[in-house]
Amino acid sequence: MALSNVLQTPAAGFNFDNAARNAALEGLFDGRTPTPLKTGTTIAGVVFKDGVVLGADTRATSSEVVADKMCAKIHYIAPNMYCCGAGTAADTEKTTDLLSSNLTIFSLNSGRNPRVIMAVNILQDMLYRYHGQIGASLILGGVDCTGNHLYTVGPYGSVDKMPYLSMGSGHLAALGVLEDGYKPDLELDKAKELVCVAIHTGIMSDLGSGNNIDICVITRQGVDYIRPYQVSEYQDKRKTKYKYGPGTTPVLTEKVVPLKLEVVEEAVQPLDTA
Amino acid sequence: MEKRSADSRVKGVSTGTTILAATFDGGVVIGSDSRASIGGDFVSSKTINKVIQVHDKIYCCMAGSLADAQAVTKAAKFHLSFHSVQMGTPPLVIAAASVLQELCYKNKDELQAGFITAGWDRKKGPQVYVVSLGGMLIGQPVTIGGSGSTYIYGYVDAKYKPNMSREECLQFATNALALAMGRDNVSGGVAHLVVITEAGAEHVVVPGNKLPKFHNE
Repeated sequence: MALSNVLQTPAAGFNFDNAARNAALEGLFDGRTPTPLKTGTTIAGVVFKDGVVLGADTRATSSEVVADKMCAKIHYIAPNMYCCGAGTAADTEKTTDLLSSNLTIFSLNSGRNPRVIMAVNILQDMLYRYHGQIGASLILGGVDCTGNHLYTVGPYGSVDKMPYLSMGSGHLAALGVLEDGYKPDLELDKAKELVCVAIHTGIMSDLGSGNNIDICVITRQGVDYIRPYQVSEYQDKRKTKYKYGPGTTPVLTEKVVPLKLEVVEEAVQPLDTA
Repeated sequence: MEKRSADSRVKGVSTGTTILAATFDGGVVIGSDSRASIGGDFVSSKTINKVIQVHDKIYCCMAGSLADAQAVTKAAKFHLSFHSVQMGTPPLVIAAASVLQELCYKNKDELQAGFITAGWDRKKGPQVYVVSLGGMLIGQPVTIGGSGSTYIYGYVDAKYKPNMSREECLQFATNALALAMGRDNVSGGVAHLVVITEAGAEHVVVPGNKLPKFHNE
Protein backbone atom coordinates (compact mmCIF):
# COMPACT_ATOMS: atom_id res chain seq x y z
CA MET A 1 0.00 0.00 0.00
CA ALA A 2 2.83 2.39 0.75
CA LEU A 3 4.33 1.43 -2.59
CA SER A 4 1.38 2.29 -4.71
CA ASN A 5 -0.14 5.53 -3.46
CA VAL A 6 2.37 8.23 -2.90
CA LEU A 7 0.24 11.23 -3.81
CA GLN A 8 -2.39 10.48 -1.22
CA THR A 9 -2.42 7.93 1.60
CA PRO A 10 -5.92 6.49 1.61
CA ALA A 11 -7.78 6.79 4.92
CA ALA A 12 -8.50 3.46 6.59
CA GLY A 13 -12.01 2.01 6.19
CA PHE A 14 -14.82 3.86 4.50
CA ASN A 15 -14.75 7.62 4.34
CA PHE A 16 -18.11 9.21 3.60
CA ASP A 17 -17.08 12.82 4.29
CA ASN A 18 -17.77 13.81 0.71
CA ALA A 19 -21.26 12.36 0.87
CA ALA A 20 -22.07 14.59 3.84
CA ARG A 21 -20.61 17.63 2.10
CA ASN A 22 -22.59 16.87 -1.08
CA ALA A 23 -25.81 16.47 0.84
CA ALA A 24 -25.18 19.84 2.48
CA LEU A 25 -24.43 21.46 -0.89
CA GLU A 26 -27.60 20.08 -2.42
CA GLY A 27 -29.60 22.06 0.10
CA LEU A 28 -28.07 25.33 -1.13
CA PHE A 29 -29.18 24.88 -4.72
CA ASP A 30 -32.90 24.84 -4.06
CA GLY A 31 -33.47 21.57 -5.90
CA ARG A 32 -31.72 22.72 -9.09
CA THR A 33 -28.31 21.17 -8.54
CA PRO A 34 -25.90 21.69 -11.44
CA THR A 35 -25.57 18.50 -13.49
CA PRO A 36 -22.08 17.31 -14.44
CA LEU A 37 -21.26 17.77 -18.12
CA LYS A 38 -21.46 14.45 -19.94
CA THR A 39 -19.31 14.11 -22.98
CA GLY A 40 -21.31 11.60 -25.01
CA THR A 41 -19.02 8.81 -26.06
CA THR A 42 -18.84 5.32 -27.42
CA ILE A 43 -15.95 3.24 -26.11
CA ALA A 44 -15.47 -0.49 -26.46
CA GLY A 45 -12.96 -3.24 -25.84
CA VAL A 46 -12.54 -6.86 -26.90
CA VAL A 47 -10.19 -9.59 -25.70
CA PHE A 48 -8.78 -11.54 -28.64
CA LYS A 49 -6.35 -14.42 -29.07
CA ASP A 50 -3.12 -12.50 -28.51
CA GLY A 51 -4.25 -9.53 -26.43
CA VAL A 52 -6.79 -6.77 -26.11
CA VAL A 53 -8.24 -4.28 -28.63
CA LEU A 54 -9.66 -0.99 -27.34
CA GLY A 55 -11.66 1.47 -29.42
CA ALA A 56 -13.21 4.90 -28.99
CA ASP A 57 -14.84 7.68 -30.98
CA THR A 58 -13.20 11.12 -30.94
CA ARG A 59 -16.02 13.56 -30.23
CA ALA A 60 -16.11 15.66 -27.07
CA THR A 61 -19.31 17.64 -26.61
CA SER A 62 -20.29 20.50 -24.38
CA SER A 63 -24.11 20.21 -24.32
CA GLU A 64 -25.09 20.47 -28.00
CA VAL A 65 -21.79 21.82 -29.32
CA VAL A 66 -18.90 19.62 -30.40
CA ALA A 67 -16.05 20.99 -28.35
CA ASP A 68 -13.32 18.74 -29.73
CA LYS A 69 -13.49 16.76 -32.97
CA MET A 70 -10.28 14.86 -32.38
CA CYS A 71 -10.34 14.15 -28.68
CA ALA A 72 -8.16 11.27 -27.42
CA LYS A 73 -10.23 8.99 -25.22
CA ILE A 74 -7.81 6.10 -24.97
CA HIS A 75 -5.45 7.04 -22.16
CA TYR A 76 -2.03 5.63 -21.40
CA ILE A 77 -1.78 3.88 -18.05
CA ALA A 78 1.32 1.71 -18.33
CA PRO A 79 3.39 0.25 -21.21
CA ASN A 80 1.07 -2.76 -21.12
CA MET A 81 -2.22 -1.06 -20.18
CA TYR A 82 -4.53 1.51 -21.72
CA CYS A 83 -7.83 2.86 -20.47
CA CYS A 84 -10.82 4.21 -22.41
CA GLY A 85 -12.80 6.86 -20.58
CA ALA A 86 -16.44 7.92 -20.91
CA GLY A 87 -18.36 10.45 -18.85
CA THR A 88 -17.00 13.79 -17.70
CA ALA A 89 -13.86 14.47 -19.76
CA ALA A 90 -11.96 16.19 -16.96
CA ASP A 91 -12.70 13.33 -14.57
CA THR A 92 -11.57 10.58 -16.93
CA GLU A 93 -8.43 12.52 -17.83
CA LYS A 94 -7.41 13.20 -14.25
CA THR A 95 -8.34 9.77 -12.91
CA THR A 96 -6.34 7.92 -15.55
CA ASP A 97 -3.45 10.32 -15.14
CA LEU A 98 -3.40 9.77 -11.38
CA LEU A 99 -3.58 6.02 -11.88
CA SER A 100 -0.72 6.09 -14.37
CA SER A 101 1.48 8.14 -12.03
CA ASN A 102 0.79 5.88 -9.07
CA LEU A 103 1.51 2.74 -11.10
CA THR A 104 4.80 4.19 -12.35
CA ILE A 105 5.85 4.95 -8.80
CA PHE A 106 4.84 1.46 -7.74
CA SER A 107 6.90 -0.05 -10.59
CA LEU A 108 9.95 1.94 -9.62
CA ASN A 109 9.59 1.16 -5.94
CA SER A 110 8.91 -2.55 -6.24
CA GLY A 111 10.80 -3.36 -9.43
CA ARG A 112 7.74 -5.15 -10.80
CA ASN A 113 5.50 -4.52 -13.78
CA PRO A 114 2.02 -3.54 -12.64
CA ARG A 115 -0.80 -6.00 -13.20
CA VAL A 116 -4.15 -5.05 -14.68
CA ILE A 117 -5.98 -6.22 -11.55
CA MET A 118 -3.93 -3.77 -9.49
CA ALA A 119 -4.96 -0.87 -11.70
CA VAL A 120 -8.58 -1.99 -11.42
CA ASN A 121 -8.38 -2.16 -7.63
CA ILE A 122 -6.88 1.33 -7.38
CA LEU A 123 -9.57 2.74 -9.67
CA GLN A 124 -12.33 0.97 -7.78
CA ASP A 125 -11.12 2.21 -4.41
CA MET A 126 -10.81 5.77 -5.62
CA LEU A 127 -14.13 5.98 -7.47
CA TYR A 128 -15.97 4.30 -4.61
CA ARG A 129 -14.53 6.77 -2.12
CA TYR A 130 -16.06 9.60 -4.16
CA HIS A 131 -19.43 7.95 -4.39
CA GLY A 132 -20.22 8.70 -8.01
CA GLN A 133 -19.17 12.36 -7.80
CA ILE A 134 -16.29 11.54 -10.16
CA GLY A 135 -18.18 10.91 -13.41
CA ALA A 136 -15.79 8.43 -14.95
CA SER A 137 -16.91 5.21 -16.67
CA LEU A 138 -13.77 3.42 -17.66
CA ILE A 139 -12.80 0.41 -19.74
CA LEU A 140 -9.35 -0.78 -18.73
CA GLY A 141 -7.54 -3.28 -20.93
CA GLY A 142 -4.07 -4.73 -20.69
CA VAL A 143 -1.75 -7.68 -21.02
CA ASP A 144 0.33 -8.88 -18.09
CA CYS A 145 2.03 -12.04 -16.87
CA THR A 146 -1.35 -13.54 -15.92
CA GLY A 147 -2.95 -13.06 -19.35
CA ASN A 148 -5.10 -10.66 -21.37
CA HIS A 149 -7.65 -8.76 -19.31
CA LEU A 150 -10.50 -6.34 -19.89
CA TYR A 151 -12.34 -4.67 -17.01
CA THR A 152 -14.95 -1.98 -16.64
CA VAL A 153 -15.12 0.35 -13.65
CA GLY A 154 -18.32 2.36 -13.16
CA PRO A 155 -18.57 5.85 -11.63
CA TYR A 156 -19.87 4.44 -8.33
CA GLY A 157 -17.01 1.99 -8.08
CA SER A 158 -18.52 -1.23 -9.43
CA VAL A 159 -16.23 -3.54 -11.36
CA ASP A 160 -16.98 -6.17 -13.99
CA LYS A 161 -14.63 -8.40 -15.95
CA MET A 162 -15.79 -9.42 -19.42
CA PRO A 163 -14.25 -10.49 -22.74
CA TYR A 164 -16.11 -7.64 -24.50
CA LEU A 165 -17.39 -4.35 -23.12
CA SER A 166 -18.80 -1.03 -24.14
CA MET A 167 -19.48 2.16 -22.18
CA GLY A 168 -20.65 5.71 -22.79
CA SER A 169 -23.86 7.15 -24.21
CA GLY A 170 -23.52 4.98 -27.32
CA HIS A 171 -22.84 1.80 -25.40
CA LEU A 172 -26.11 0.02 -26.11
CA ALA A 173 -25.67 0.38 -29.86
CA ALA A 174 -22.09 -0.88 -29.64
CA LEU A 175 -23.08 -3.70 -27.30
CA GLY A 176 -25.52 -5.06 -29.85
CA VAL A 177 -22.72 -5.39 -32.39
CA LEU A 178 -20.35 -6.93 -29.85
CA GLU A 179 -22.94 -9.45 -28.65
CA ASP A 180 -23.52 -10.55 -32.21
CA GLY A 181 -19.93 -10.62 -33.44
CA TYR A 182 -17.87 -11.70 -30.44
CA LYS A 183 -16.32 -15.17 -30.38
CA PRO A 184 -13.56 -16.41 -28.07
CA ASP A 185 -9.99 -16.35 -29.51
CA LEU A 186 -10.62 -13.96 -32.39
CA GLU A 187 -7.78 -13.15 -34.79
CA LEU A 188 -6.34 -9.62 -34.69
CA ASP A 189 -7.99 -8.40 -37.92
CA LYS A 190 -11.38 -9.73 -36.95
CA ALA A 191 -11.08 -8.19 -33.48
CA LYS A 192 -10.11 -4.76 -34.86
CA GLU A 193 -12.96 -4.94 -37.36
CA LEU A 194 -15.44 -5.91 -34.62
CA VAL A 195 -14.43 -3.01 -32.37
CA CYS A 196 -14.44 -0.60 -35.30
CA VAL A 197 -17.94 -1.62 -36.35
CA ALA A 198 -19.12 -1.40 -32.75
CA ILE A 199 -17.82 2.15 -32.35
CA HIS A 200 -19.17 3.09 -35.78
CA THR A 201 -22.62 1.85 -34.77
CA GLY A 202 -22.38 3.94 -31.62
CA ILE A 203 -21.41 6.96 -33.72
CA MET A 204 -24.34 6.46 -36.11
CA SER A 205 -26.94 5.79 -33.44
CA ASP A 206 -25.90 8.24 -30.73
CA LEU A 207 -25.84 12.01 -31.09
CA GLY A 208 -23.13 12.42 -28.51
CA SER A 209 -20.62 10.22 -30.36
CA GLY A 210 -19.04 11.02 -33.69
CA ASN A 211 -16.08 11.98 -35.84
CA ASN A 212 -13.22 9.51 -36.11
CA ILE A 213 -12.44 6.15 -34.55
CA ASP A 214 -9.26 5.44 -32.57
CA ILE A 215 -8.07 1.88 -32.01
CA CYS A 216 -5.43 0.63 -29.60
CA VAL A 217 -4.08 -2.93 -29.84
CA ILE A 218 -2.21 -4.28 -26.81
CA THR A 219 -0.27 -7.55 -27.02
CA ARG A 220 2.71 -9.11 -25.26
CA GLN A 221 4.91 -7.73 -28.03
CA GLY A 222 3.78 -4.14 -27.50
CA VAL A 223 1.16 -1.54 -28.23
CA ASP A 224 -0.18 -0.32 -31.57
CA TYR A 225 -2.08 2.94 -31.05
CA ILE A 226 -3.78 3.77 -34.33
CA ARG A 227 -5.12 7.29 -34.23
CA PRO A 228 -7.27 7.65 -36.28
CA TYR A 229 -8.02 4.08 -37.39
CA GLN A 230 -11.02 5.17 -39.39
CA VAL A 231 -11.72 8.69 -40.49
CA SER A 232 -15.28 9.96 -40.59
CA GLU A 233 -16.81 10.17 -44.08
CA TYR A 234 -18.20 13.55 -43.04
CA GLN A 235 -14.74 15.11 -42.74
CA ASP A 236 -14.92 18.85 -42.90
CA LYS A 237 -12.95 20.39 -45.80
CA ARG A 238 -12.56 23.86 -44.33
CA LYS A 239 -9.02 25.18 -44.27
CA THR A 240 -7.99 26.05 -40.74
CA LYS A 241 -4.88 27.89 -41.90
CA TYR A 242 -5.21 30.94 -44.07
CA LYS A 243 -1.57 31.57 -44.87
CA TYR A 244 -0.88 32.30 -48.52
CA GLY A 245 2.53 32.19 -50.16
CA PRO A 246 4.05 35.31 -51.70
CA GLY A 247 2.78 35.90 -55.24
CA THR A 248 -0.81 34.75 -54.56
CA THR A 249 -2.06 38.30 -54.88
CA PRO A 250 -0.79 40.04 -58.11
CA VAL A 251 0.98 43.39 -57.60
CA LEU A 252 -0.47 46.11 -59.87
CA THR A 253 1.60 49.17 -58.93
CA GLU A 254 4.53 49.86 -56.62
CA LYS A 255 5.44 53.22 -55.07
CA VAL A 256 8.47 53.60 -52.73
CA VAL A 257 8.55 56.69 -50.49
CA PRO A 258 11.77 56.94 -48.39
CA LEU A 259 11.17 58.36 -44.93
CA LYS A 260 13.48 61.27 -43.97
CA LEU A 261 14.80 60.62 -40.49
CA GLU A 262 17.51 62.55 -38.61
CA VAL A 263 19.53 61.35 -35.60
CA VAL A 264 18.45 63.38 -32.57
CA GLU A 265 20.47 61.73 -29.83
CA GLU A 266 22.99 58.90 -29.58
CA ALA A 267 23.90 57.10 -26.40
CA VAL A 268 26.29 54.13 -26.06
CA GLN A 269 26.06 51.77 -23.07
CA PRO A 270 28.84 49.15 -22.86
CA LEU A 271 27.64 45.66 -21.78
CA ASP A 272 29.74 43.87 -19.17
CA THR A 273 30.23 40.43 -20.66
CA ALA A 274 32.84 39.20 -18.21
CA MET B 1 -35.31 -10.69 5.16
CA GLU B 2 -35.59 -6.95 4.77
CA LYS B 3 -36.16 -5.77 1.21
CA ARG B 4 -35.79 -2.36 -0.35
CA SER B 5 -39.05 -0.99 -1.68
CA ALA B 6 -37.62 -0.09 -5.10
CA ASP B 7 -34.27 -0.97 -6.61
CA SER B 8 -34.46 2.29 -8.55
CA ARG B 9 -33.27 4.02 -5.40
CA VAL B 10 -29.90 2.39 -5.89
CA LYS B 11 -27.62 4.70 -7.83
CA GLY B 12 -25.38 3.14 -10.42
CA VAL B 13 -25.29 -0.58 -11.09
CA SER B 14 -27.71 -2.56 -8.93
CA THR B 15 -27.90 -6.28 -8.39
CA GLY B 16 -31.69 -6.70 -8.29
CA THR B 17 -31.15 -10.27 -7.45
CA THR B 18 -32.01 -13.63 -6.03
CA ILE B 19 -29.60 -15.08 -3.47
CA LEU B 20 -29.95 -18.05 -1.20
CA ALA B 21 -28.10 -20.40 1.09
CA ALA B 22 -29.13 -23.69 2.68
CA THR B 23 -27.45 -26.16 5.01
CA PHE B 24 -27.48 -29.88 4.32
CA ASP B 25 -25.98 -32.88 6.03
CA GLY B 26 -22.26 -32.10 6.13
CA GLY B 27 -22.19 -28.81 4.27
CA VAL B 28 -23.90 -25.76 2.87
CA VAL B 29 -24.99 -24.63 -0.58
CA ILE B 30 -24.87 -20.93 -1.41
CA GLY B 31 -26.07 -19.54 -4.72
CA SER B 32 -27.23 -16.57 -6.75
CA ASP B 33 -28.33 -15.46 -10.20
CA SER B 34 -25.95 -13.41 -12.39
CA ARG B 35 -27.84 -10.34 -13.57
CA ALA B 36 -26.84 -6.72 -12.91
CA SER B 37 -29.00 -3.83 -14.05
CA ILE B 38 -28.96 -0.05 -14.11
CA GLY B 39 -32.17 1.53 -12.80
CA GLY B 40 -34.11 -1.62 -13.66
CA ASP B 41 -34.06 -0.38 -17.27
CA PHE B 42 -31.53 -2.66 -18.89
CA VAL B 43 -29.20 -5.47 -18.07
CA SER B 44 -25.69 -4.09 -17.68
CA SER B 45 -24.15 -7.50 -17.13
CA LYS B 46 -25.47 -11.01 -17.74
CA THR B 47 -22.61 -12.73 -15.97
CA ILE B 48 -21.85 -10.75 -12.86
CA ASN B 49 -20.39 -12.80 -10.02
CA LYS B 50 -22.36 -12.28 -6.83
CA VAL B 51 -20.91 -15.19 -4.88
CA ILE B 52 -17.63 -13.91 -3.46
CA GLN B 53 -15.09 -15.94 -1.55
CA VAL B 54 -14.09 -14.11 1.62
CA HIS B 55 -12.03 -16.99 2.98
CA ASP B 56 -11.13 -20.59 2.07
CA LYS B 57 -14.42 -22.06 3.22
CA ILE B 58 -16.54 -18.95 3.68
CA TYR B 59 -18.52 -17.39 0.82
CA CYS B 60 -20.80 -14.36 0.64
CA CYS B 61 -23.67 -13.50 -1.65
CA MET B 62 -24.33 -9.84 -2.30
CA ALA B 63 -27.53 -7.92 -3.01
CA GLY B 64 -28.19 -4.23 -3.58
CA SER B 65 -25.81 -1.66 -5.03
CA LEU B 66 -22.98 -3.46 -6.79
CA ALA B 67 -20.43 -0.78 -5.93
CA ASP B 68 -21.32 -0.84 -2.23
CA ALA B 69 -21.41 -4.64 -2.06
CA GLN B 70 -18.06 -5.02 -3.81
CA ALA B 71 -16.47 -2.42 -1.52
CA VAL B 72 -17.84 -4.11 1.61
CA THR B 73 -16.75 -7.62 0.57
CA LYS B 74 -13.30 -6.29 -0.29
CA ALA B 75 -12.97 -4.78 3.18
CA ALA B 76 -14.37 -7.95 4.75
CA LYS B 77 -11.86 -10.12 2.86
CA PHE B 78 -9.03 -8.00 4.20
CA HIS B 79 -10.32 -8.03 7.78
CA LEU B 80 -10.86 -11.80 7.77
CA SER B 81 -7.47 -12.47 6.27
CA PHE B 82 -5.83 -10.31 8.94
CA HIS B 83 -7.94 -11.89 11.67
CA SER B 84 -7.01 -15.41 10.61
CA VAL B 85 -3.31 -14.52 10.53
CA GLN B 86 -3.56 -13.04 14.01
CA MET B 87 -5.48 -16.05 15.39
CA GLY B 88 -3.36 -18.58 13.51
CA THR B 89 -6.48 -20.49 12.53
CA PRO B 90 -9.16 -20.20 9.84
CA PRO B 91 -11.91 -17.74 10.89
CA LEU B 92 -15.33 -18.90 12.06
CA VAL B 93 -18.29 -18.27 9.75
CA ILE B 94 -19.86 -16.11 12.49
CA ALA B 95 -16.72 -13.96 12.40
CA ALA B 96 -17.16 -13.33 8.68
CA ALA B 97 -20.80 -12.46 9.19
CA SER B 98 -19.90 -10.14 12.08
CA VAL B 99 -17.35 -8.29 9.97
CA LEU B 100 -20.01 -7.67 7.34
CA GLN B 101 -22.53 -6.71 9.99
CA GLU B 102 -20.22 -4.12 11.53
CA LEU B 103 -19.56 -2.53 8.14
CA CYS B 104 -23.26 -2.51 7.21
CA TYR B 105 -24.44 -1.20 10.59
CA LYS B 106 -21.83 1.51 11.09
CA ASN B 107 -22.38 2.87 7.59
CA LYS B 108 -26.07 2.17 7.29
CA ASP B 109 -26.95 5.70 6.14
CA GLU B 110 -24.70 5.56 3.11
CA LEU B 111 -24.67 1.89 2.13
CA GLN B 112 -27.29 -0.06 0.23
CA ALA B 113 -26.10 -3.63 0.39
CA GLY B 114 -27.27 -6.84 2.03
CA PHE B 115 -25.48 -10.18 2.31
CA ILE B 116 -25.87 -13.86 2.96
CA THR B 117 -22.79 -15.52 4.44
CA ALA B 118 -22.34 -19.28 4.38
CA GLY B 119 -19.46 -21.56 5.15
CA TRP B 120 -17.97 -24.37 7.13
CA ASP B 121 -15.81 -24.15 10.24
CA ARG B 122 -14.48 -26.67 12.73
CA LYS B 123 -16.44 -25.37 15.69
CA LYS B 124 -20.01 -25.48 14.41
CA GLY B 125 -19.79 -27.11 10.99
CA PRO B 126 -21.96 -25.75 8.16
CA GLN B 127 -23.73 -22.45 8.91
CA VAL B 128 -25.72 -19.75 7.14
CA TYR B 129 -26.07 -16.15 8.31
CA VAL B 130 -27.96 -13.26 6.83
CA VAL B 131 -26.76 -9.66 7.24
CA SER B 132 -29.50 -7.34 6.13
CA LEU B 133 -29.39 -3.74 4.84
CA GLY B 134 -29.40 -2.09 8.26
CA GLY B 135 -26.94 -4.48 9.85
CA MET B 136 -29.14 -7.16 11.42
CA LEU B 137 -27.36 -10.50 11.82
CA ILE B 138 -29.35 -13.73 12.08
CA GLY B 139 -28.29 -17.36 11.77
CA GLN B 140 -30.72 -19.64 9.97
CA PRO B 141 -30.59 -23.12 8.41
CA VAL B 142 -31.91 -21.74 5.12
CA THR B 143 -32.31 -18.18 3.94
CA ILE B 144 -33.20 -16.30 0.76
CA GLY B 145 -32.66 -12.69 -0.21
CA GLY B 146 -32.85 -10.07 -2.95
CA SER B 147 -35.78 -8.83 -5.00
CA GLY B 148 -36.42 -12.28 -6.48
CA SER B 149 -36.75 -13.95 -3.12
CA THR B 150 -40.36 -12.80 -2.69
CA TYR B 151 -41.42 -15.26 -5.37
CA ILE B 152 -39.92 -18.29 -3.70
CA TYR B 153 -40.79 -17.98 -0.02
CA GLY B 154 -43.57 -20.49 -0.52
CA TYR B 155 -41.34 -22.93 -2.37
CA VAL B 156 -38.56 -22.71 0.23
CA ASP B 157 -40.94 -23.07 3.17
CA ALA B 158 -42.58 -26.11 1.59
CA LYS B 159 -39.57 -27.88 0.12
CA TYR B 160 -36.67 -27.31 2.50
CA LYS B 161 -35.91 -30.18 4.85
CA PRO B 162 -33.05 -30.18 7.36
CA ASN B 163 -30.26 -32.77 6.81
CA MET B 164 -30.88 -33.34 3.12
CA SER B 165 -28.19 -35.01 1.07
CA ARG B 166 -25.79 -32.95 -1.04
CA GLU B 167 -27.59 -33.79 -4.31
CA GLU B 168 -31.04 -33.06 -2.86
CA CYS B 169 -29.88 -29.71 -1.52
CA LEU B 170 -28.21 -28.75 -4.80
CA GLN B 171 -31.40 -29.62 -6.68
CA PHE B 172 -33.48 -27.64 -4.17
CA ALA B 173 -31.26 -24.57 -4.58
CA THR B 174 -31.23 -24.83 -8.38
CA ASN B 175 -35.01 -25.14 -8.48
CA ALA B 176 -35.46 -22.19 -6.15
CA LEU B 177 -33.17 -19.97 -8.23
CA ALA B 178 -34.84 -21.06 -11.46
CA LEU B 179 -38.29 -20.26 -10.09
CA ALA B 180 -37.23 -16.84 -8.88
CA MET B 181 -35.41 -15.98 -12.13
CA GLY B 182 -38.50 -17.01 -14.02
CA ARG B 183 -40.68 -14.48 -12.27
CA ASP B 184 -38.41 -11.61 -11.27
CA ASN B 185 -37.36 -9.33 -14.14
CA VAL B 186 -34.18 -8.14 -12.45
CA SER B 187 -32.91 -11.67 -11.74
CA GLY B 188 -31.61 -13.89 -14.48
CA GLY B 189 -28.62 -15.17 -16.39
CA VAL B 190 -26.87 -18.23 -15.01
CA ALA B 191 -27.17 -19.84 -11.60
CA HIS B 192 -23.92 -19.67 -9.63
CA LEU B 193 -23.78 -22.23 -6.84
CA VAL B 194 -21.01 -23.09 -4.40
CA VAL B 195 -21.08 -26.24 -2.25
CA ILE B 196 -18.94 -25.89 0.89
CA THR B 197 -18.04 -28.88 3.04
CA GLU B 198 -15.18 -29.86 5.30
CA ALA B 199 -13.26 -30.95 2.22
CA GLY B 200 -13.47 -27.55 0.56
CA ALA B 201 -15.57 -25.50 -1.83
CA GLU B 202 -16.90 -26.65 -5.19
CA HIS B 203 -18.38 -24.36 -7.85
CA VAL B 204 -21.38 -25.42 -9.88
CA VAL B 205 -22.57 -23.15 -12.68
CA VAL B 206 -25.90 -23.90 -14.34
CA PRO B 207 -26.31 -21.98 -17.61
CA GLY B 208 -29.72 -20.41 -18.31
CA ASN B 209 -30.77 -23.01 -20.85
CA LYS B 210 -29.94 -25.90 -18.50
CA LEU B 211 -32.05 -24.58 -15.62
CA PRO B 212 -35.05 -26.72 -14.68
CA LYS B 213 -38.22 -25.76 -16.53
CA PHE B 214 -41.60 -25.63 -14.83
CA HIS B 215 -45.22 -25.61 -15.92
CA ASN B 216 -46.02 -22.94 -18.53
CA GLU B 217 -42.43 -22.34 -19.67
